Amino acid sequence: MTQAATVARAPSRRPRTAPPASRARARAWGFGALGLAALAAFWELYKLLGPADGLVIGEVRVLPRTSDLAMPHIWETAGRLFEPVTRAEGARVLWLEVAIAASLTLGIAAAGWIVGVTVGLLLALVMQRWRLAESAALPWIILSQTVPLIAFAPVVKSWGSRIEIGAFEWQDWMSVAVIASYLAFFPVAVGALKGFQSPDRLHLELLRSYSVGWWQTMRYLRLPAAVPYLLPALRLAAANAVVGAVVAEVSTGLQGGIGRLVIQYAGQASGDPAKAWAPILGAIALGLIAAGSVALMGALARNYRRTEDAS
Amino acid sequence: MTESVITTDAVTVTAVDKVFEAAAGQVVALSGIDLTVEPGEFVSLIGPSGCGKSTLLRLIADLDTPSSGSVEVFGTSAHQARVDQKYGIAFQQAGLLPWRSVAANIALPLELHGSSSVETRERVAELIALVGLDDFGDRYPDELSGGMQQRVAIARALAKKPELLLMDEPFGALDEMTREYMQTELLRISAETGAAVVFVTHSIPEAVYLSDRVVVMSPRPGRIAAVVPMALGSTASRADDLREDGAFFEMITAVREALHGGAPASSARGVENR
Amino acid sequence: MTGAATIAPPRGRPPGAAWGSGGTARAVAPIVLGVSVVAVWQLIAGSGLVEAYLLPSPAAIGAEIVEFWPSMVSAGAITGLNALVGLVAGTLIGIIAALVASTRRSLDGMLAPIVAALAVIPIVALAPVLNTMFGADSQTGRQLIAALAAFVPVFLNTARGLRQTQPVHRDLLRSYAASNAQIMRTITLRTAAPFTFTGIRLASSLAVISALVAEYFGGPRGGLGGLISTSAASSAYPRAWAYVVAAIILGLAFSLVASGLERLVSRRR
Repeated sequence: MTQAATVARAPSRRPRTAPPASRARARAWGFGALGLAALAAFWELYKLLGPADGLVIGEVRVLPRTSDLAMPHIWETAGRLFEPVTRAEGARVLWLEVAIAASLTLGIAAAGWIVGVTVGLLLALVMQRWRLAESAALPWIILSQTVPLIAFAPVVKSWGSRIEIGAFEWQDWMSVAVIASYLAFFPVAVGALKGFQSPDRLHLELLRSYSVGWWQTMRYLRLPAAVPYLLPALRLAAANAVVGAVVAEVSTGLQGGIGRLVIQYAGQASGDPAKAWAPILGAIALGLIAAGSVALMGALARNYRRTEDAS
Repeated sequence: MTESVITTDAVTVTAVDKVFEAAAGQVVALSGIDLTVEPGEFVSLIGPSGCGKSTLLRLIADLDTPSSGSVEVFGTSAHQARVDQKYGIAFQQAGLLPWRSVAANIALPLELHGSSSVETRERVAELIALVGLDDFGDRYPDELSGGMQQRVAIARALAKKPELLLMDEPFGALDEMTREYMQTELLRISAETGAAVVFVTHSIPEAVYLSDRVVVMSPRPGRIAAVVPMALGSTASRADDLREDGAFFEMITAVREALHGGAPASSARGVENR
Repeated sequence: MTGAATIAPPRGRPPGAAWGSGGTARAVAPIVLGVSVVAVWQLIAGSGLVEAYLLPSPAAIGAEIVEFWPSMVSAGAITGLNALVGLVAGTLIGIIAALVASTRRSLDGMLAPIVAALAVIPIVALAPVLNTMFGADSQTGRQLIAALAAFVPVFLNTARGLRQTQPVHRDLLRSYAASNAQIMRTITLRTAAPFTFTGIRLASSLAVISALVAEYFGGPRGGLGGLISTSAASSAYPRAWAYVVAAIILGLAFSLVASGLERLVSRRR
């Protein structure tokens, strides 16, 4: 590790050289594409070779039917994206329609994410400050995630319509955002708390030797140390916010979002099976964009993800 | 260094006991400790595991409180000394904050206590030069070797020009060659700053090389067994060639005998228990 | 819903206790909090400050629970069965996939991005098309959703566990000229097992919620999700909340069993 030192010179370390990151990344993307291609091939192969009526064991259908209605070809689905949504005059192209709806949902999910992250961070701060608060609240926070948020949807909507502060009127999308934030706050609260509790005794004693109070310790030590724990939590919160937004759209019946489209086009699947897959692709893209945005944030915080060890 | 006629001792420990409550009963970590450290003096604490040397250092640093007795630093209580930031401390692991560069790590105590950024920058530059880490100011801890990390930790400990340095086996995790180099550096640094140093170590040669006095401690209960003054000339004048000097080995022998003098003289000691 | 990768409740306490550091205070605190919240809730609901239909009182919900208990149980059984089938299927496929991925880097390279994508997309959005594929009268679509949701944490945690074999153990067995199968059996699987069960614990509540939410996207009625939405649609909110309580109990039951299994496996090490 360290080279043998002469008496006068200090042992020094050769700076680490990393393997070309760009090549490793290209390989990763390549393999990912290969995996997707394998999935598509699997789909088509089953359509070609599988039993026409699927596989029914007893009363349970274990394998799907291979008809074009039940399982549209991959190229059919792809091609359908570029055709108009309906046969009506001036109807938009399908992919555009999906994209617009997806952006609306993305915006609502983002709003929910921000609220959820804020609430989660505040909760984590409180729980770190007072151990009693942690003991009291953490079990309920964990339990809160077992509650299917669907139940809240009508309640949130009714509550919201009661809120009138001056010119502020509760919009329907806000109910969706609140539900999305409910799913988002949990990973942040838990992850942030874990991060705040992560500094080892050595660092804590160092700051104690500087005679600083709780807030300065939080600012100079606990918050930066929490970054490696926060980033995966934020990513999970983003994915959860998207799911929450989609499901809440379905249960509140919000127009214009992707959740509505999923239900709507699925209802028309018997006539237009390929169309039903389009909003699903949109939802998948949504999740990936949400997670990717957080990953970008993580790239900016590179310094905070370093560890102390050289080797 | 700047003492006037009436010199206040850097550290005064009077009749200190420290008892810990453990699951299996009480552990007497320290019993009846009396110790004085003069300004500018380099004192090492040495002894086997469990003799309480690190505990004593932590009491001086006010990271723990004594069960009885008093600890004074520059005439005030240890607690007040910590609040007034009268000392700098270095631990066995460098304890650098991984997200801060070398310069930012050294600046930490200055930032915490509201130094202006101009003052901070100047002081950090001084310190980087003092510990011989020029050109490394922008590096991060994970790019440094263990010895360099410890140098940053020492620079940080010196940031507010303390007149007392507390060091808990700071070179313990380093290999022997780096260790000897760091010892020489530490002597140079402490001579230049004139700070008193209380230095905990496991290593007899290290204690002898660095100190004006070596305090030998023994365990169960932790107490001072002997204090051995070093007849090797002032610490400011010592250099590497001291390690090959006959007087050096005599002092090492003196300390070793003091260490063994406090225990039964049986050759088969077996494994130490904590 | 989405696969929670490896988040677990935090362990480890900071030094320097504040007040209330007694063990009993900490054990009792959540109960005290819960009881006080329910009490305040009851007060607000009963006081007429808020209309009954907006915020049903705990007492009203309790009454509905008592009255509709049999239907709660039968609906819970349907949703629970879907969740269980999904959990088991997802676990098996997750473990097998992780084992396969650990053998060749190319396979891992193909699988990892797909799993990473699965972890962040709304899996329940697949429910309608799955119902089309398997027939609108089939529970298979929901079971598949639960399986997909369960697959992700089991795969990720098992894959992580397979990487945890200590080099010193591997070297030891290589010095005994052990075959690959022997190495797998004696150390790799033993080291990975606790991680797998952690994944199963994370997957268990995900499977329940996914199975439940999938019921909102069409398919046969009769599960808890369907009953919650029909009650809410007919404004019978206390009853809707009663079914929500059933869903919470179901999710808790799955979690507790999975936690127990996890602890059992970890203790043997």
